[in-house]
Amino acid sequence: MSETLFANARLIDPVALRDGPGALLVRDGVIVEVCTEAPETMQARHKGARVIDCGGLCLAPGIVDIGVKIGEPGERHKESFRTAGRAAAAGGVTTIVTRPDTSPAIDTPEILEFVSRRAAEASPVRVLPMAALTKGRQGREMTEIGLMQDAGAVAFTDAFRVVTDTKVLSRALSYARALDALVIGHVQEPGLSAGAAMTSGKFASLRGLPAVSPMAERMGLDRDISLLEMTGAKYHADQITTARALPALERAKRNGLNITAGVSIHHLTLNDMDVADYRTFFKLTPPLRSEDDRLAVVQALSEGLIDIICSMHTPQDEESKRLPFEEAAAGAVGLETLLPAALRLYHAGQIDLPRLFAALSLNPSRRLGLPTGRLLDGAPADLVLFDPDAPFVLDRANLLSKSKNTPFDGARLQGKVRGTWVAGVDVSGRA
Amino acid sequence: MTLRTQHLLGIEQLHPDEIRSLLDLADQYAEHNRRGEWHRDVLAGLTQINMFFESSTRTQASFELAGKRLGADVMSMAMSQSSLNKGETLIDTALTLNAMRPDLLVVRHGQSGAVDLLAQKVNCAVLNAGDGRHEHPTQALLDALTIRRAKGRLHRLNVAICGDIAHSRVARSNILLLGKMENRVRLIGPPTLMPTGIADFGVEVYDDMAKGLKDVDVVMMLRLQKERMDGGFIPSEREYFHRYGLDAAKLAHAKPDAIVMHPGPMNRGVEIDGTLADDINRSVIQTQVEMGVAVRMAAMDLLARNLRAARAPKGVTV
Repeated sequence: MSETLFANARLIDPVALRDGPGALLVRDGVIVEVCTEAPETMQARHKGARVIDCGGLCLAPGIVDIGVKIGEPGERHKESFRTAGRAAAAGGVTTIVTRPDTSPAIDTPEILEFVSRRAAEASPVRVLPMAALTKGRQGREMTEIGLMQDAGAVAFTDAFRVVTDTKVLSRALSYARALDALVIGHVQEPGLSAGAAMTSGKFASLRGLPAVSPMAERMGLDRDISLLEMTGAKYHADQITTARALPALERAKRNGLNITAGVSIHHLTLNDMDVADYRTFFKLTPPLRSEDDRLAVVQALSEGLIDIICSMHTPQDEESKRLPFEEAAAGAVGLETLLPAALRLYHAGQIDLPRLFAALSLNPSRRLGLPTGRLLDGAPADLVLFDPDAPFVLDRANLLSKSKNTPFDGARLQGKVRGTWVAGVDVSGRA
Repeated sequence: MTLRTQHLLGIEQLHPDEIRSLLDLADQYAEHNRRGEWHRDVLAGLTQINMFFESSTRTQASFELAGKRLGADVMSMAMSQSSLNKGETLIDTALTLNAMRPDLLVVRHGQSGAVDLLAQKVNCAVLNAGDGRHEHPTQALLDALTIRRAKGRLHRLNVAICGDIAHSRVARSNILLLGKMENRVRLIGPPTLMPTGIADFGVEVYDDMAKGLKDVDVVMMLRLQKERMDGGFIPSEREYFHRYGLDAAKLAHAKPDAIVMHPGPMNRGVEIDGTLADDINRSVIQTQVEMGVAVRMAAMDLLARNLRAARAPKGVTV
């Protein structure tokens, strides 16, 4: 029976929305006692415990990141479970929820099993796979949702490919409902979005790039909300990034639909002007939005309308980025920058730390039915210790991800991870 | 009389004073060209490579002639037949050419921003001869010179740019240049061919030719980019000509001495009436072509001065 005492910590509790001094006792990988009243007495009561002095730094539940792309199978030169797992550990991410948009797509129990096995042997952090909603992500026939759920798929999604055939999607949603399976949708209306590299507006026009109206997002969301009313399915919109989609989301929640929404850290901290002189590391799916949209989405996050922050980690090699903007691949890596970038919102006074960790850890855990994301007795000891104020300039060469396509290269950030524990085991490689 | 930059990538980077000095120099070259006086010493010993990833006749010929008249060794490459078809990336092509040590690289590419990308990888001077829908700076400069010579000034003019604004790099460069020189710019075209957010550029937007052309000094027609239309921007060519094609009746709304411009190549009977295009009293289309050579001579002259200054040993002025 091994006991570890995290003493002298600033506990960030997203359940009680509390941010204050405390201590935490972990036994056999599980939190067994959380003490916020006179935490200094804990050490005397648990003399045998190994003590980790947190030095007054923040101790929060580890981040659960929904929507991480890993290049296995198919594109291991971009990211492997080992490199992604290490990057996650360095970034305070204790659970990676992987996307099925690999090649081939993760659309059978057999491929899912390969992924789970590779993840278990290579990744220092927890990996939970998502599976495709339709076979080959083609949008024509639903996958074996039940079998894959039994094999460990935590959600079903065709990632950035929209199921355009509403009949197919309505059937998949109905079927998933019977299994209480979570379906994740990408809400960018595909017809309007076709060929677009940016969000339409003055800047896209100045740069002469093909652009999509931000309205495409509301259209996609409106359609999916209608289908939810029909089917009653459990649904999560992967990324809500525009002001115009927010009222529809708010209404759907108010009407009692089983819907949640996420947003990528990049859409919370960057806008379309950051593309500047055709910087392809800022090409994302969906494209970066206007500053007005960004502020509206930050507001929605702080009010709890948007539930989950994710990194939308999308590794791309140099060759697929060193191209003219239109031809360049979209996506950015984010596992290691998720927390420091999210702390920009905290430092700007836009959100407090407990609410931030509700969006990073608690809400994704709840949505996926996981026991993680909480600082409570009985919860797994998945923890991140970080100094929210430590400043640094990011050098992409130092990233542990195999791909280095971060939009934060050279950015001044605040917030360094000092330790990451998964089930009470230090995985940060520092110990 | 200098440019602050190593490259000429767009009007966006130019200061009004730079535009003025470039046009002044081009004005001189235009006169020299008319008199048949060549200055083969200006670019003597320099190598100019024209890389056209998109086919072009007039712009390429214009750059070629401009370089030859100033004494550069000119080489033109039709990039559509080159190693790009063998899978080489744009950057590799740029690095390969860079290793051959050219001095002036004239580049046209179908993708917005491609010329900027290429310019980051080479150490010669790069001239943007058109990139996607982004910019075509020498076209805007030659248009400006044509206007200045016809109107006697390049400020406080009402200029209408008509047609397919959305797909036009010529329109973007002209909007930027005419704005910097303090003119009033109107854009006229069907809403489907108007870029979003364009009103934020300080222009007036019209979808009706009669209203838009009222009392303008300059009418700039754009080519209807048929090759870029992947479907359904306008109902038909004849409806387009009916509503937006420039003919004598529509031109009557402009000032009596308004000039008519077109960057070429023209679609006669689509965006402009053939007779009007040939009317020497109104159309300055041939002058535009003539000024094109002069403007490109001036641009390459100024960039070559920077190049020589950068290469000169420290403490030596050239």
